[in-house]
Amino acid sequence: MKLNIFKKKAKAAEEQQELTEEQAAEKTAAEELAAVQKAKAEEAANTAAAQGQKGASLAESGIKAEDVGHAFKTARTGASLSGETEEERPVKFKVSDLNLYYGKFWALKNINMEIREKEITAFIGPSGCGKSTFLKTLNRMNDLIPDCKITGEVLIDGVDLYGKVDINTLRKRVGMVFQKPNPFPMSVYDNIAYGPRTHGIRKKAKLDEIVERSLRQAAIWDELKDRLKKSALGLSGGQQQRLCIARTLAVEPEVVLMDEPTSALDPISTSKIEELAQDLKKDYTIVIVTHNMQQAARISDKTAFFLLGDLIEYGNTDDVFNRPADKRTEDYITGRFG
Amino acid sequence: MQNQAEVAAVAEAESVAKIHVGAAVKEIGMKIVFAIAAVVFVAAVLVICIYLFVRAVPAIGQVGVFEFLFGDTWLLGSGYYGIGNLIVGTCISTVGALIVGVPIGLLTAVFMAFYCPKWLYKFLKPLTNILAGIPSIVYGYFGMQVIVPAIRGMVGGGGFNIITTSLVLGIMILPTIISITENSLRAVPKSYYEGALALGATKERAIFRTIFPAAVSGVMTAIVLGIGRAIGETAAVSLVCGNVPQIPTDLSMPFMTLASAIASGMGYSSSGFPLEVLISCAAVLFVFILIITILIMLLKRKSR
Repeated sequence: MKLNIFKKKAKAAEEQQELTEEQAAEKTAAEELAAVQKAKAEEAANTAAAQGQKGASLAESGIKAEDVGHAFKTARTGASLSGETEEERPVKFKVSDLNLYYGKFWALKNINMEIREKEITAFIGPSGCGKSTFLKTLNRMNDLIPDCKITGEVLIDGVDLYGKVDINTLRKRVGMVFQKPNPFPMSVYDNIAYGPRTHGIRKKAKLDEIVERSLRQAAIWDELKDRLKKSALGLSGGQQQRLCIARTLAVEPEVVLMDEPTSALDPISTSKIEELAQDLKKDYTIVIVTHNMQQAARISDKTAFFLLGDLIEYGNTDDVFNRPADKRTEDYITGRFG
Repeated sequence: MQNQAEVAAVAEAESVAKIHVGAAVKEIGMKIVFAIAAVVFVAAVLVICIYLFVRAVPAIGQVGVFEFLFGDTWLLGSGYYGIGNLIVGTCISTVGALIVGVPIGLLTAVFMAFYCPKWLYKFLKPLTNILAGIPSIVYGYFGMQVIVPAIRGMVGGGGFNIITTSLVLGIMILPTIISITENSLRAVPKSYYEGALALGATKERAIFRTIFPAAVSGVMTAIVLGIGRAIGETAAVSLVCGNVPQIPTDLSMPFMTLASAIASGMGYSSSGFPLEVLISCAAVLFVFILIITILIMLLKRKSR
């Protein structure tokens, strides 16, 4: 009986959610964000309810966004509390004593860090602090820069990626999304199929399947399914960036590096990409460089703070933002500099 | 005292005004100079254009359009004025030049843009400019003295033939193709290259499957400009093509192009009806070049 009532309420909530989403498209960015968060909160409440916790009674008493939001918060703290006792996820990257020089400039200084699987790790810090440089050491995009010298060790799954590793295979495993959306000047389809074709997939049926799967994963299939043959350059900035994410996913990487992926985008596109990043962490390890501290706080599990080439602080995002151990971290996140 | 100051102020104001007037006059004067230069240039083009067609149209009318364009006998002295074979010859030499020049030119451009070490580039870049600046008669002389005997030794015959002409013309269009292709390859955003590498593509794949397609309109422009140069080339071609107005049936046969026909024809017939026919040939060549120019304009518009 109780369950029935709950189902009805949940349905109503879903309808309401759809409505708000439709309206949100015309509303301002802030409202969109709010709607997205609310939808999330409702979802969380629903799962809580399904587990037979206090969500059911909440649903019975009528879902108000604020209440649900509260429930979501408690659920989250609960999760993070239990997270402390849980086993940490396996290490994907292990970086030891990494130094990087551009000519005579010492860009990264003795970096030691472990990046864990299927988490979102965010790098924050002021411009020129080395966070993008460090990101690019993870798939060796720094190799493109002349006079770039690296010492130390970067292990991926225990293998030194600056050792005897095929660089093209490495970049297939560790994909990258750039600051400025960079779709190739070809059709949407060819953009996505570029990577798979590079790695030897020729059959059209297989490519069709990959294109659809990648676009769905990047939550852009519905928008683009009717214009696969159109040029990717005609898409909006946010669509282009999600296309680039889909293109990266098409080669089935293990890690997705994102170098300030939303800095060129409007708030609605930004929130879509943030949402997407959180969906993707189920299957992928994500490392994201961001200028936007709220973004790091919203989406990441771990946060690393860089300053002038030093890794100042690295830990659970919650700790870094709420209980920073280093004075400089605190100064930065409270906006005293940067 | 105060009066003096006032006078000084007025004088200064006047001199400032004078300077302004002076500047304005100077500006108008320069405008007129620029305009005259432009008018002279436009007039030159128009005069050439009008002159060609005014003299060509009656002559073509007298020979008959069909007989003129498609006639297969070209004997200026004996009154045979069919330029069909010459048009075919022009097309053959142009295609031959492209077959030789385009692959070498494009690959050289890729090398210069992506593979060449800096010290070598400093040497290669001026080299293409020098190649572009060599007078065509020098190419022709080189072809006649070096390539013709070499080809004669290899395929027999006189050595003045399609192969020789293609080689000489192919080398001549290289600088055009190389420099324009290189520029357009360099103009492709670096982010395409990085994006391709980040997907695990090799350098070669990133260049040939990403950058090259992105630069395709520039590459096409380079090829069309090369065609323009090859179609109209006169001095070099008339030294190596053999100047026989026939449709060659194999690569070792001599032939003749419109431009070489005009150059050699002018020697015998500086007056009378044959001269009018030669001018008509020039008009046909002009139409070809006009088509090429329009093609380039269309390509440029497309690239934007």
